[in-house]
Formats: sequence, C-alpha cells, structure tokens
Amino acid sequence: MSEREKILGRIRDALVVKAPFPGNHGHDSRGGSSVVPPSSRAGEWLPRVDDSPDGQLAAFATNCVDLKADFFLLNSADEVKAQLQKLAAADGWKKIATHSGVLTDSIVPSLNLTTLRADAGYDVHEMESCDAGITECDALIAQTGSVLVTNRSCGGRALSVLPPHHVVLARRDQLLRDLPAAFQLLKRKYAGNYPSMISFVTGPSRTGDIERILVLGAHGPKRLTIFVF
Amino acid sequence: MTAPVQQFKRQAEVLTHDLRHREIIQTALGKYAVVRDKNRGAFQDYQSARQAAAETKWEAINHLDKHLEQLVSKLEARGTKVHWASTGDQAREIIQKILREKKARSIIKSKAMTSEEIHLNHALEEEGFEVVESDLGEFIVQLKKETPYHIVFPAMHLTRGEIRDLFNKELAANATDNPEELTMVARRVMRQKYITADIGFTGANFAIAETGMISITENEGNARLTAALPKTMITLVGIEKVLPRLEDLALFLPMLATSGTGQPLTCYNTMYSGPRQPGEPDGPEEWHVVLLDNRRSELLADPEQRDALHCIRCGACLNVCPIFRNVGGHTYGTTYSGPIGSVITPHLRGLDEWKHLSYSSSLCGACTETCPVKIDLAHHLLQNRRNSVQKKSSPAWKLGFELMNFVFKRPGFYEFVAPLGRAAQKLHPMIAGKAFDPAFPWTKTRSAPKIAKQTFKEWWRERG
Ligand code: SF4
Repeated sequence: MSEREKILGRIRDALVVKAPFPGNHGHDSRGGSSVVPPSSRAGEWLPRVDDSPDGQLAAFATNCVDLKADFFLLNSADEVKAQLQKLAAADGWKKIATHSGVLTDSIVPSLNLTTLRADAGYDVHEMESCDAGITECDALIAQTGSVLVTNRSCGGRALSVLPPHHVVLARRDQLLRDLPAAFQLLKRKYAGNYPSMISFVTGPSRTGDIERILVLGAHGPKRLTIFVF
Repeated sequence: MTAPVQQFKRQAEVLTHDLRHREIIQTALGKYAVVRDKNRGAFQDYQSARQAAAETKWEAINHLDKHLEQLVSKLEARGTKVHWASTGDQAREIIQKILREKKARSIIKSKAMTSEEIHLNHALEEEGFEVVESDLGEFIVQLKKETPYHIVFPAMHLTRGEIRDLFNKELAANATDNPEELTMVARRVMRQKYITADIGFTGANFAIAETGMISITENEGNARLTAALPKTMITLVGIEKVLPRLEDLALFLPMLATSGTGQPLTCYNTMYSGPRQPGEPDGPEEWHVVLLDNRRSELLADPEQRDALHCIRCGACLNVCPIFRNVGGHTYGTTYSGPIGSVITPHLRGLDEWKHLSYSSSLCGACTETCPVKIDLAHHLLQNRRNSVQKKSSPAWKLGFELMNFVFKRPGFYEFVAPLGRAAQKLHPMIAGKAFDPAFPWTKTRSAPKIAKQTFKEWWRERG
C-alpha cells in the first residue's frame, strides 16, 4: 500500500465519527456540510467599502498612505509619462525592467532608458541590477490597497519583487471594490487555466522582525508606486 | 518526572523573574494588540466572519480525504510532483532524495513551521547541504542557533542590540543597532543566496482543493523570491492546510493577517498552482509538494479535539496567553508553543511526556476568545488534563481527591473539620513558603487562600 493510501485510509477511519459543529463549545453535533459555503458572504463582514467609484478611489488612496505606497491618480497616458519621467530623473534610474503589455508598451519607451524585457527571458543578475520593475496589473483592490498581479500578465514571477522599486501602471476601471470581487475576477478571467503564480501585493516589502519596528524593503521592493489614469 | 516537564519548570522559573525578557515581550505584544484591535474593529461584523471561518475549516477538515484528493489531482495536472509522508522521517527522506537527485548544494528557505516540526535544517546540514533561512526573523534565530521563539515572530525575544552583535560577529557586518540598517545587512546577504541557490523551499498557509493551489502569506517578499529564482522548488505542507474553495481566501487572508500580525492584509499573499508553465518567463522547472501527516490523522480521530486541526497558525492565542507572555516561547520545548502548542503537542508527541503543558494554563479563556477559527482551546486543555488523569494519576493526587470527596459528601463531618482547618491555618504562616511546607509548590510564590471565617450554613443560621 502506498503512503497516499495509508494516509487517506487513516483519514477515512478517523472521520467515521462526526465532530461537533463549530461555535458551540462541542454541544452541536449537527453533521453534513452547510448549504451555503460560509465564506461566500465574506463581503458582508469584511471592512466596508464605499459604493461609488470615487469613494473607492479615495479608499484606495487612503490605504496607500497607510501602506507607505505612492499613489498617483492622473488623467491621461501623457500625464503618466511625465510623472514617470520625473520619478526616473529624481531617482537617477539608469536601467529598468518591464514586460510587454498595452500600457507598458505605450508608456515605458518614453523613458528612453536601457530596458530589460522580463517576459522575453532574462538573466537574473541583470534584473537584479535594474533600478525599477514596471508592470501592469490584473486589478487594484480598494478595500485593502492591494495590487493583484499574476506571472502571466505582469512579466513573470520575479519582475515585481526583484528590482528595488516596483512601479504599477493601471487604468481606473481596473479598480475593484473588495477581496471577494478580486477572486470573482480571477475565476472569470482564468478559470481552468490559472497562471502558476497569482499575488496580492499590498504595499512595499516590509518586516517587523526586529523589535516589531517597521522597516520597508526587507527582501522585495523598498518602494511601490502606483499610477492610475 | 520526565525531562520536558523538568525543563519547562526550570526555564519558566528563570524567565518569569527575568524583567528584561518581560519588558521585551510586553512591548512587542503591546504594539501588536493595538493594531490587531484597530483592524479587527474595521470589520463590519468580525464575529460573523469568525464563525464563517470556523465553519469553512470545519467543512475542509471533516471532508479532508475528498479535499486532499482534489488538491492533489489538480496539482498533478499542472505538472507538480506530489509526495505523501506519514512521518517526519519519511518527509525528510523524500526531501533529501530530491536534493541528491538534483545534485543540489544550497537551499534557500522561506518560513515553514512544518520544517521545524520535522527538524529538517539539522538533517540537511548534517548531510552537508547549505541551508539559509530567508525570513529575517528566522535568519536571525538560525544565526543564533536557536529555534523560533514564536510561530509568527521568530526573533521577538531579541533586542536590536543583540541582533547587531550577532550580525557583527557572524557576518562581519560592522552595523549599528538601527533596525533598518540591520535589515539591509540581511537583504544584501540574501540577495546573493537567492541567485545562487539550487533549491527554493517553502511552507504553506493554505492549500486550495478546488483549484490546486498553495497559498503563501508573507511580508518580506522572501517567499516570492524563493518561488521565483531557484530551478527547483519544494513545498512542505501539513495535510490540515486545506480550504475547499479559492474564494475562501477572501475571508482567510484578512483573518490571518489581523490575527497574525495585526495588519489588515499581509504584504504578499501568493497562490502557486504549478511549476513554470509553457510560455511563462521564469519560475522553477520542477515543483515538489510534500504532504505531511506526522500524526495529524491521530488528532483527526479525536472528534472532541478535531477542531485543533482548523488552526491557521496565526499565533494570536500565544500573544494573549498569560502563560506564554510570562514563560516565553522557548520554555515550551516544542515546535508549536502557547495554547495551541499545549493542545496539540500531546497528540503529536505523546500525552505522558507533554501533559504538563495543559496544566500550564490559567484557563482564562483568552485563547478561545481570540482564535480566528474558534478553536475551543481552553476546553481542550481541560480535556487533555482529564485524559491524562484517566490514563494515569499519581497516588497522592487520587488520595487528595478521595479525601475531598469524602469530606464534601458528609455535611456533618464537614462542619466538624472546618474549624479545625481554620485553626490549623493560623499556624500555617510559620512554615508557609518553606521547603517542608506540604503546600510548598503553591506557597513558594503565592499566599495560600484563606478558609472562610464561617461556613455558609453557619452564616445562614446566625442570620436567623
Ligand atoms: S489556535 Fe487559533 S489563535 Fe492559535 S494559532 Fe491557531 S488559529 Fe491562531
């Protein structure tokens, strides 16, 4: 008998006796699964989010402040280009990494910098030496200030964590209300064929492992900048 | 007395009197409590969320066989190699075999309590592999040759000064005690390790049956890099980590964050569903998922305490536990400390040797109250006590309770002995706290409770 069968066998034997339903200190022995998957109502319990698009943008902006991410709400691709150039100049970027995509292709070339294309296959040392990784995203989440990235739509697994500065380009209509909406989107968009990595990025990399004092840029990017237009 | 109980008592004695240790822990956990309360408070209905999380885990665990089969078939469909390990030994062997086959030399690890559970680092280092913990806290305790102090905050017991001294000694870092500077030292060391490591090793926070995904929660980005750069990835997962559906994460990711570190959401929450797929630019060529039982199925067989397998290892119960806060994490001598450790260790490692942990509790119930998946921790501690007494109780213990039983069942006799007890207690201060006091284990650190001046009946009669 394989270990798989042994383990599954032990599990089945163990489950013959029913366990009490949770939340009643062992006094509710109701069996079977509940009819409604309980977490499908998560939206009613999680932190409240405004219904209006403007309210959601404002919530996203507030969350970015708390998370120490930089958020720019702009009106056109040209404005994004101008801001991005300012940022590149101020930080003295020499080399950047990005991937091909509708937004990245139209905006990143205007920087006129040496550019590594992560989705074309890359050398790790080279990406490590880039000043910034510029990506698109699958969605922004108002409730948490998160950026949803996948390796398929955002240039692989490393691009959004290896360079010291992660820059995200997004459209206003990519802003979602909350986490349940984000999972619905993932199911709609990818069901049956998920990218092998899906990640909610919520602020720049951080640690509190030394005396619970917040330090940004533990292993991933020290900075996260989000441009929305 | 067995060895673990002696070591527990000895170390508890030392640490409860260690004012510096107390201050470090109270400060760190004080900060945690403030953000935790703020962010739990931001929920529209935290208690309903908790109940739903408990029900979801109940569903996951009470159909564990079905969920595991689903998980595995989905994982395998995307080219992931799944291994099953009944014991820690088997898991280590599976992992060592992969390393040998890959001719690996260096392993970069992101945080995994399961690997502590099976003492993986030690076994790999003995065989000559270089193992580097990449989570900052884990890296610090690894350098210090210690085990993690806490399941979420591994280096919580160290001050920045101590960490500076450690880095300067072990890494020739020449750093000050500025936390940012120290973090950057670790960052620099680790960057090179990521790039050169042959194997990336991770744990798992959740395993999604429906879609065949492993979800990893972290703040630093070290797990993201571990799963991106090395050519081979190995993930060690306890079989209890399953969740039925992908969207369950919409509830569990924020629940884990608020209870774990107090944050609304942890910095990186990442779901992996396979090795690098055709058309993807990077990621491991091979991904091995090792499913670990290690006596979890025995805990599963106890319906009374089965819900202990709902645990999402957030550490919230440790943080509120007056025992943990006083005796510290290392005193337990276990991989999982605090209330959850006291509940499950007797199941995972034997009741006789580990029953003392269930007595190291004030039964205040703070753990039950804070647990995001409503595990009935305080009651389980009582059940462990009951089980251990049923199995084996000391003659003195039995005699004590039989005497008490005898007296309490006979009201006349009780009225007769109560004044005797009061009289005897007057003399007690002469010996209280001395080694020959029969109540010494109690009186050496506490004053004995006073027998009331009157029995209830006497008071009632007097009242007329
Ligand atoms: S028992 Fe509950 S509170 Fe304790 S670590 Fe597990 S999930 Fe968290």
